[in-house]
Amino acid sequence: MTIGLEHYLVLSAVLFCIGLYGALTKRNAVIILMCIELMLNSVNISLVAFSSYIVPLLLTGQVFAIFVMVVAAAEVAVGLAIILAIYRGLTDIDASNINLMKW
Amino acid sequence: MNLELFIPEITLAVFAILVILLDLFVRDKSWLRLVSLSGLVIAGGVTVAMWGDDSTAIFNNMLAVDNFALFFKLLFAGIAFLVILASTDYVAKFARFQGEYYALILLSTLGMMLMAATTDLISLFVALELTSISLYVLVGFLKDRKSTEASLKYLLLGAIASAVLLYGMALVFGSTGQTQLGAIAQAIQSMSLESVLDSPALLMGIVLLIAGFGFKIAAVPFQMWVPDVYEGAPTPVTAYLSVASKAAGFAIILRVFFSAFGIPEWLSMNWGMIFAALAVISMIIGNVIAIPQTNIKRMLGYSSIAQAGYLMVGLAAIGFAPAIATQGQSTILFFLASYALTNLGAFIAVIAISNKINSDDIADYAGMGKRAPVMALALTLCLISLIGMPPAAGFMAKFYIFSTAVQNDLLWLVVIAVLNSVISAYYYLRVVKVMWYGQPASGEKVPSSGAPRLALFLCCLGVLVLGIIPGLVMRLAELAGKMFAF
Repeated sequence: MTIGLEHYLVLSAVLFCIGLYGALTKRNAVIILMCIELMLNSVNISLVAFSSYIVPLLLTGQVFAIFVMVVAAAEVAVGLAIILAIYRGLTDIDASNINLMKW
Repeated sequence: MNLELFIPEITLAVFAILVILLDLFVRDKSWLRLVSLSGLVIAGGVTVAMWGDDSTAIFNNMLAVDNFALFFKLLFAGIAFLVILASTDYVAKFARFQGEYYALILLSTLGMMLMAATTDLISLFVALELTSISLYVLVGFLKDRKSTEASLKYLLLGAIASAVLLYGMALVFGSTGQTQLGAIAQAIQSMSLESVLDSPALLMGIVLLIAGFGFKIAAVPFQMWVPDVYEGAPTPVTAYLSVASKAAGFAIILRVFFSAFGIPEWLSMNWGMIFAALAVISMIIGNVIAIPQTNIKRMLGYSSIAQAGYLMVGLAAIGFAPAIATQGQSTILFFLASYALTNLGAFIAVIAISNKINSDDIADYAGMGKRAPVMALALTLCLISLIGMPPAAGFMAKFYIFSTAVQNDLLWLVVIAVLNSVISAYYYLRVVKVMWYGQPASGEKVPSSGAPRLALFLCCLGVLVLGIIPGLVMRLAELAGKMFAF
């Protein structure tokens, strides 16, 4: 069996769904952040796969993936800083305890 | 390439860095405000000077320099100017972090300017994240429990929305092989409806893009972050978020759906229908949940969801237009300009009053007509404009959007929108009633200082000018409707 584009895409979709599921169900804020990373990186897989199968002569998808990685790193830096700020006030990062405001 | 076409953005980047550096040396922090205001004036001035008929693309077709982008750049510079002016007293709460506050406002404005100009999915994503990440930090700037909670909620939901948006971009890229909006449009035109339905990755990608953008403009069902973030964030940041971030979201939606998915008709009709459905639920949910709110920031948050619904009526009209016309676009641009002035005016009055009485409860606004007559009068005008009553700008804005929708056979949508405007009158006018007929808690006057008053005066002037002589701005918006074509 040869590995084709669809295998990469299925892998990427499965990882994306695992990440989304985790982000919606986990309670620890750091783990939610990790799940979001998983979502972003699963997209990177499909970007790179699309790029090498559909436009093999160009590097569009690869360049896109690099930009995504840089942006994701910046997002995590800010996210961890915010979690740290919450931990200082609450000594806890359980998302179900961060419930001061509700509609 | 012509670097001088990039001067507004370069100016903002330079001034943001300048503010951070000056923060280290200057003892009197009010200088920083002056520096950032002058940076915005320069960026806005250069933008005005660049206004013209010729449009080009720079950075290898990544960014367009056209009237559409220039219109939004001017709008964002103006919004940031008014927000900084209005936060003159409020920044005392940020203690020694005032420099960062100004720098982050400038950087997010820079991000929004790039969002309005971007013509490539890669630069779109980077610009969007530049805006969002600066805003995540700004929301948590008060550092108390509410503010950090709002910031965390905004960050987590925003990051999930970005991931969904990115997945949509990857699918669009995969099915067209292009990231450049014009090239995507060309690739789509060579496809037939049957081939797209056969492998629906493109349609899936477009739906995911709508979900990602829907988060930015706070459309239902992607609105869950709005009330909490609006309540917890520092009020000037809430003001900034409610107008600038929403305008940037609409700029990017207009650009992407107009240049990449505008033709063929089977495609534009379908996304027009999605926006029509989102408009209906946004208007209904925003307006109905706004009614029982007791916190004025939260109420304005739900009201901004409803306003996004009215704006999406315009997007639906663009999708349903038989041939791609610029009329629908210019009505949305006009609505955004009038909404920006109106909502900023309302928030500036709220900042000025709440900062003195230390409360955001609507009940505590009782008797403000006597305690702070100027602020109460301005807030009344802005709320009337949000309802959409003449002579304020909101009336003309809604009139234009709804008449375009009627012309494109969306009468049912307009009927729902007008009914919703009637519902919204209830909760807006309740604040007005409390302010003018309520029993004040104390007879003490609520003082306000010069800079917020100036900002409020500019907003109210703008609201009246747009409401009474709308032709002036409408002509600008019509010129701005012409986008850079490839």
